[in-house]
Amino acid sequence: MTDEDYKFVGFMSGLEIHQQLMTKKKLFCRCPAGMYNHHYDAEILRHMRPTLSELGEYDGTALMEFKTKKEIIYQINRESVCTYEMDDTPPFEINDDALDIAIEIGMLYNSATIDEIHIARKQYLDGSIPTGFQRTAIVSVGGQIPYKDRQINIIQLSIEEDSCREISDTGHRRVYVADRLGMPLIETVTAPDMKTPEEVAEVCKILSNIVKSTGKVRTGAGAAREDVNVSVEGGTRIEIKGVPSIKRIPLLTYNEAMRQWNLLRLREELGKRGITTETFASKTDDVTRILRKALYQPIANAISEEKSVYAVTLRRFKGLLNWKTQTETYFSKEISDRVRVIACLTTLPNIIHSDSTSETISIAEWQKVKKTVGATEEDTVVITWGNAIDANTSAKEIIIRAKEATIGIPSETRQAQKDGTTGFERILPGADRMYPDTDLPPKRIPAGRKNIIRSGLHEPIWEREKWYKSLGIPADVMEPLAISKNAALFKKAVNELGINPILAAVALIQYPKRLKKMKADPEQLNEEIFLGIFRAFNLGLISREGIIRAMFDATKYGSFELEHLAPTVDENSLEKIIQSSISEVKKMKLFNDNNFEKVLTGNVMNKVRGRIDGKLVIKFIKKISGENKK
Amino acid sequence: MTNNDLYKGYKGGALETLKKFEALVWCDVEIITGDAMFKGIILPRSETSDHLHIVLKLISGYNIGVAADTVKNIKIFGRKEAHYKIPEKAFPYDPVKPRVKLIGTGGTIASRLDYRTGAVIPAFTPGELYGSVPELADICNLETEKLYGVFSENMGPEQWMGVANAIGKEIEKGVQGIVIGHGTDTMHHTAAALSFMVQDSPVPIVMVGSQRSSDRPSSDAALNLMHSVKTAAESDIAEVLVCMFGPTSDDYGLLHRGTRVRKMHSSYRSTFRTIGDIPVAMVSREKITPLRTDYKKRRTDNNVKINTAFEEMVSIVYYYPNMKPDIVDSLIDNGYKGIVIAGTGLGHVNKPLYPALKRARDNNIAVYMTVQTLWGYVQMYVYDTGRDMMELGVVPTANMLPEVAYVKLGWALGQTSDIEEVKKIMLTPINGEITEREPSNGYLIYQGGIPEVEAFISKHRK
Repeated sequence: MTDEDYKFVGFMSGLEIHQQLMTKKKLFCRCPAGMYNHHYDAEILRHMRPTLSELGEYDGTALMEFKTKKEIIYQINRESVCTYEMDDTPPFEINDDALDIAIEIGMLYNSATIDEIHIARKQYLDGSIPTGFQRTAIVSVGGQIPYKDRQINIIQLSIEEDSCREISDTGHRRVYVADRLGMPLIETVTAPDMKTPEEVAEVCKILSNIVKSTGKVRTGAGAAREDVNVSVEGGTRIEIKGVPSIKRIPLLTYNEAMRQWNLLRLREELGKRGITTETFASKTDDVTRILRKALYQPIANAISEEKSVYAVTLRRFKGLLNWKTQTETYFSKEISDRVRVIACLTTLPNIIHSDSTSETISIAEWQKVKKTVGATEEDTVVITWGNAIDANTSAKEIIIRAKEATIGIPSETRQAQKDGTTGFERILPGADRMYPDTDLPPKRIPAGRKNIIRSGLHEPIWEREKWYKSLGIPADVMEPLAISKNAALFKKAVNELGINPILAAVALIQYPKRLKKMKADPEQLNEEIFLGIFRAFNLGLISREGIIRAMFDATKYGSFELEHLAPTVDENSLEKIIQSSISEVKKMKLFNDNNFEKVLTGNVMNKVRGRIDGKLVIKFIKKISGENKK
Repeated sequence: MTNNDLYKGYKGGALETLKKFEALVWCDVEIITGDAMFKGIILPRSETSDHLHIVLKLISGYNIGVAADTVKNIKIFGRKEAHYKIPEKAFPYDPVKPRVKLIGTGGTIASRLDYRTGAVIPAFTPGELYGSVPELADICNLETEKLYGVFSENMGPEQWMGVANAIGKEIEKGVQGIVIGHGTDTMHHTAAALSFMVQDSPVPIVMVGSQRSSDRPSSDAALNLMHSVKTAAESDIAEVLVCMFGPTSDDYGLLHRGTRVRKMHSSYRSTFRTIGDIPVAMVSREKITPLRTDYKKRRTDNNVKINTAFEEMVSIVYYYPNMKPDIVDSLIDNGYKGIVIAGTGLGHVNKPLYPALKRARDNNIAVYMTVQTLWGYVQMYVYDTGRDMMELGVVPTANMLPEVAYVKLGWALGQTSDIEEVKKIMLTPINGEITEREPSNGYLIYQGGIPEVEAFISKHRK
């Protein structure tokens, strides 16, 4: 699809980027942050119960989670989880280090920092947080970042506690491990300013670079997670949750836009057939007895386990369950997803339908079922099975989802699937799921605190990149340098010490990677070490090649000292070394005598690497071997 | 509406700013400051918060505080005050189900939330309760009466008497069980008081509360309520019980005898424990499982003894090293009639207190000894100091819990002012406040970290 195509379908997308902050402790308790455990000491069981909303009704998500009646199991490790995370102790005061980082990042977006922070509770009934709500607070609002020839608007930045990691969700039992729970996280919300899937990924990358440029956020698997909001003209804002990597954004948003487009066409088709919310008709029948001899394995198994089999007739839906929604995905998947999540029928397939061409129950059995339930040639019959309660919930859910097709696109959150499609996750929570946290008082951010943070801000990464470009820094080093914690050091090396910018960039960005391969820990290198090495280089005490050697040694000693340097080689001794190498190489048996100079150079370099400029070595070898030839 | 309500909670600079721009609480506004613009609804401000900020609810549902002195302008788009009430659904009546009466004293067992202010609106009528905990209708026909609306810490003798009398009336009317909703902090004091004031009840009297308020999805309130109503409706235990979570998991509740129970953690769900003995039973949504057989059984008659006489001039003295006699003297000087000491170890206080204790005896003040270790018996013969104290008229109360002894002494002094009579009442157990023996599983405080304890914890849900 071209940019014009996306414009035609009215593609709009915004981002919600979650990023863990680098703090020692969690946000509202003093547990260590970032300690992931594979082992757990104890389990706690909870059920989430919806609370009444404003109008005295349970909101959609709440009702859904209640219908599912899940047992939520938390696996806890005593090192990483205390009684706070398990909702048995009230919160402690907010982690000020985390708050400072959040304020700093907000300032990098040019957002306005809030004067007084109010902790809110955001309800989550899926069990991912044992309290049933996430403590969260707005830290800054507004702001924008430059993108292409325009601005991407930031709506808000909030600080919040991270949720549990889901281990499994089978039947009526969902298991979470709680180690990550309560870690400080920021959520950046952008306006829906992105016009194509590629733009979404690009803006996501920029935002990710901005937060990383502070050097105060966590990196690695799961440290950053994106939710992508997508809508098309006439559609509904759909949230794709937990996209694990930026690379996957374009395909996911493409598929979701396609899904919405196709669901809107499905609504048109229903309209043509005269099916509206008012005229929609369906019925449910127990067909357990009729299918008691079915050979189709899932149903045969259900019957042998004395479960129930229900047939749902969707009037005049003939063929519509095969309506394409996403890449190789059909409307039947929308229904199957709902049944899986809400009726907890997690073993797939959980439905079969009469539009399907794949082999399920026999043609004779389909006819028998259709006849029994009174389905006509215009109807579609969907069969579901499970214990009586779940099968009943399933049948109801099939009808609910089919009926929603007459409205178009149901409000829901969707999961990112591995194949790039999206799958139903849950009904979109109501707007009224936010309420003040009565356990903690508001927290004032005095002007003084803001000023201290503001005075420590670095220049925006796009300004850095502009400068790097003018310096001729190679493209592959530019971006990592702009977000590196050594960006300030680079500036100093170039502006104050007069180091060649490319050399400084390579030393600060590429060499640490090489050191890792050499089994050295580049984390040992601090500003003082780098400046020492650069100064020594300026004084001619180390050669260009010697820089990485000096860095390597510094990781071992924990500091940079001149006496650690191998003595430099002067031109006289270089000549002597070359002569001795010549006699060594002459003793070797070479496959090809033409390689003599190459082997000689290698031999000499091994003796002098880092102690004299390599170009000088080549020059001397050429000179001496030339003389020898004469 | 008063001026106060229009600017609810605002003071000082924030109030001045609101007045300057004629913005009231619940106004839909745009606030422009030096460097930002905020759109939302002005919320009332908590009385205890500072006078520097205006609270705004943003469209996203988040609240923020805007520094009043940075406000350049407030544009007003309208005003809408919200009024909330609990939806009522008629509690279904089923002629075959037992009648259970829920008496409310305060705290919220069920509630709904005002999402804008965070205020919790209690649900209490049968209709409101049915709206929040519909499962109750599967158990009984529920009637409710709101007797008080006080926090747990404000419950006292007056309320204990009120509740006891209300229970008497309900039993007379023939209910099959009584549930008492109560804040948890002093639930064990009230449980003890009711154990003495209401004797030989033919039906269960079950106290219940919650450790996590019912506005939270993870609240223990609904399950506690179901457990307590089930106990009141179906169990054959005709005693004053406290019904609260067994483990912290949403699993089962425990039914604790009203005279042996104590709140043991400031915030845990499983905070209530039977001390020095085992609970009477376990209760789940499916069944009630007695853990002992020596409880008073349900009867079909409507007879009960209500005796609410109570002497309020009783105190607990929690002994600490270097306590000065003036603590006891001041009680004597202020006309107290009874003192319960929570002594160290087997029941001790230091020697400097002796003259004051002697003075108490001479003033006809009843002085009783309990242990601050909570578990175990007072034993004043082991050391000479104990014997000295008994000489001074201090009466050991075996393994009665300090709070229970306090309540019982008030009740006993309500019956008589004769010190010997009081002693007789104090030392004759009414319902388990003194037990003849402590079973070997009556004191089990497992110590974390020990391999076998960790093995247990890993096998059984906490």
